[in-house]
Amino acid sequence: MFTTTSRPDGLAKPKENQRNSRRSFLKYGSASLAAAGVVFSGCKELEDLIPKPPKDKPKMVSLGSGDIGILNYAYTLEQLEAAFYEMVMLKPYGGMTFEEALILEDLKRHEVIHREFYQKVLGKDGIPALEFDFSGIDFSSRHSVLSTARTFEDLGVAAYNGAGQLLESPDLLLIAGKIVSVEARHAAAIKSVFDTDPTAFAGDDVIDENGLGQALSTKTVLASAAAFIKTEIDGSDLPKA
Amino acid sequence: MTIFNLLDRISANLPDTQQATSRRALFTSVADLGKKMAVAAVPIGAATTVYSPKAFAQENSVIDVLNFALLLEYLESEYYIKGLDSGVIPSGSDEEKVFMQISKHESAHVEFLKAAISGSGGDPIDKPEFDFSARGNFWPFHKYKDFLVLSQAFEDTGVRAYKGQAANLIGNDAVLTAALQIHSVEASHASKVRRIRGLKGWITEDERGDGMPAATQAVYDGEDQLVQAGIDLTSLTAFGADSATESYDEPLTKEEVTAIASLFLV
Repeated sequence: MFTTTSRPDGLAKPKENQRNSRRSFLKYGSASLAAAGVVFSGCKELEDLIPKPPKDKPKMVSLGSGDIGILNYAYTLEQLEAAFYEMVMLKPYGGMTFEEALILEDLKRHEVIHREFYQKVLGKDGIPALEFDFSGIDFSSRHSVLSTARTFEDLGVAAYNGAGQLLESPDLLLIAGKIVSVEARHAAAIKSVFDTDPTAFAGDDVIDENGLGQALSTKTVLASAAAFIKTEIDGSDLPKA
Repeated sequence: MTIFNLLDRISANLPDTQQATSRRALFTSVADLGKKMAVAAVPIGAATTVYSPKAFAQENSVIDVLNFALLLEYLESEYYIKGLDSGVIPSGSDEEKVFMQISKHESAHVEFLKAAISGSGGDPIDKPEFDFSARGNFWPFHKYKDFLVLSQAFEDTGVRAYKGQAANLIGNDAVLTAALQIHSVEASHASKVRRIRGLKGWITEDERGDGMPAATQAVYDGEDQLVQAGIDLTSLTAFGADSATESYDEPLTKEEVTAIASLFLV
């Protein structure tokens, strides 16, 4: 039932008709990548895309390659954000204002939904649940929590901005676009309660003189995220710009 | 590097190339373009080069997308310039600083897009004449409330507009990435303006939010999607439909955006 134009795995040929591709994806969208994996289970190329746990280092996870690799990359970041906000709301810092609680609870919900979405979309191609190291974060400190939230949201925006061009599937690009703007809304909200500078919501630290937000490479993002992730992440097979 | 060399390099690297290295080169060029244009101040239409017919179709559509984006940025940049000039924003307030920052970005987007269009061999559209009253329905430069209403509508529209065009830029990595970089900036603006207006920074269901007149509903129609990539988001967690719809922003088509923008065209 899957035609080659519907393959949301980065193997689709770039020159093919994108309208057909999109229609096929929408039609069979509910089958998602898991189904694509089944259909292509005999395909050697696809098997190579599926992340395998390296035998010698069980604590290392490979993100894989192609569009699946990029989805796993996004899944990594969403897992990180979701785990962080779950912890934040489990042990709210003293003096958390009502407004801060509303924002942080929403952020928790959004990031958990993103995480669960990627898990479902990726199915058996997904990386496992990661282990995090939040020892550097003082969850009882407003400053520590909000500055970490700001870091994570900025990192998320820059990661999605940088990875958009690495996706082959227009449907997955649209999904990433739907998520990244919500991350940018988060970043602005956190900064508007945390920073005293009224321009911090879209500050010169993350937006350049052309009015462009940050876009970071997978390598840079993974290196930044690594400080918070116990599991070693191997992104070496990810597509490159 | 002179501006002419830069443009030649960009033109030479346009879409039919499949080489990752030249895409990277193009990106670097486009990213620097706005700044370099401003410095060089050369009439750039003359510097465009000839394309292979093969490249033309795709390139043409990229230019169309960029010109479409330019229309929105013209609208936003003129809106904030006029708003800041009008005195409608409380002078010396934090909110004035917010709108100065937003205005700076929108004006930069105009210059960047004009440069990117010229650099890609196209002609940037001229700035149209705007009627920000939408034929007498809003008084944004006299009533601060109206100014905030339209600001929210423009920013939330901008987010949806860029999102809707991203797929049309696949294959032109430099332009796609730049469009995504503008897209996220529009989203930070939208969040801030919404919060100034007392709303959440994100969009719940397809609600335009308290104080937004019904005339702005087209900006929010269709934001209440519960299914993404065939997955019902409400089946994933116990958080319910409001959180599910807040977690994803939805695109608008070019036609839908044009219909919104045309309310403000003379």
